[in-house]
Amino acid sequence: MTVGLNAFILVAGLLFAVGLLGVLLRQNTLVIYMSLELMLNAVNLALVAFSRYNGTMDGNLFVFFIITVAAAEVAVGLAIIVALFRRRQSVMVDQLNALSR
Amino acid sequence: MLDILFYVFSAITLITAVLMVLSPNAVNGAMCMIVAFLGTAALFVLLEAYFLAILQVLVYAGAVMVLFLFIIMLLDVEKGEGGNEYKDKFTLAAAAVGFLLAVILICSAFSGAHLPEPTLNPVTENPTVFDAGIPFTTSAKSFGYSLFTKYMLPFQVTGFLLLAAMIGVIVVSKKHEVVEESDHS
Repeated sequence: MTVGLNAFILVAGLLFAVGLLGVLLRQNTLVIYMSLELMLNAVNLALVAFSRYNGTMDGNLFVFFIITVAAAEVAVGLAIIVALFRRRQSVMVDQLNALSR
Repeated sequence: MLDILFYVFSAITLITAVLMVLSPNAVNGAMCMIVAFLGTAALFVLLEAYFLAILQVLVYAGAVMVLFLFIIMLLDVEKGEGGNEYKDKFTLAAAAVGFLLAVILICSAFSGAHLPEPTLNPVTENPTVFDAGIPFTTSAKSFGYSLFTKYMLPFQVTGFLLLAAMIGVIVVSKKHEVVEESDHS
């Protein structure tokens, strides 16, 4: 494969930027959460690319731990969103403004 | 051949990620997200991290996205929300300009030839001896070896983290009305 490390890092950076755009742009909390997962995924891709081109296994282990932590984080975050929906009947971030009133 | 696959899969991943961000329906967004995760898994395969590709498909595209779809359909947030899906126009314009600046920065930083380009060494498939450091291999054996020697403490901490997350989810998602009723009676 003649594709270099910089091409992989370019793709990972663009994925991270798209995820950040989703966090900034959307109102639905679930979509914001999916964009967060996309950003974690971009970091995973960058770590695997660095690990492959560096010739060591450490980046892959980091990605292993990141996937584990992300799974736990998704479970807790979705439970929080469900609890929020039960109390406020909405998951739109512009209606969750109890602190600003 | 592998170069063409890299371009195809990175294009699929980026396009579905943009579609996920921009699609007004959350269920369609989740479906695009699954495709984006599968494209990332294909990029992992191109980087010869086969174990992580399988883990990505199982955990991310399988478990996490099924959980997301379940919660989206459970909450049913699409009804009665109207077309006010994005934030207001000022935030929209600022986010778009910021995104374009970030894209220009990333493209100019990583697409030129001014950064050093490391060479791609061939990997060993089945290592038998681990001397100084752990070399990049395609076998799952080196994962197990690393997890139980160099990364023993993070491995255990991750186990405790999963336990704490499980207990936390049960506590958060429990209904509190039942507890109050039992207190009154």
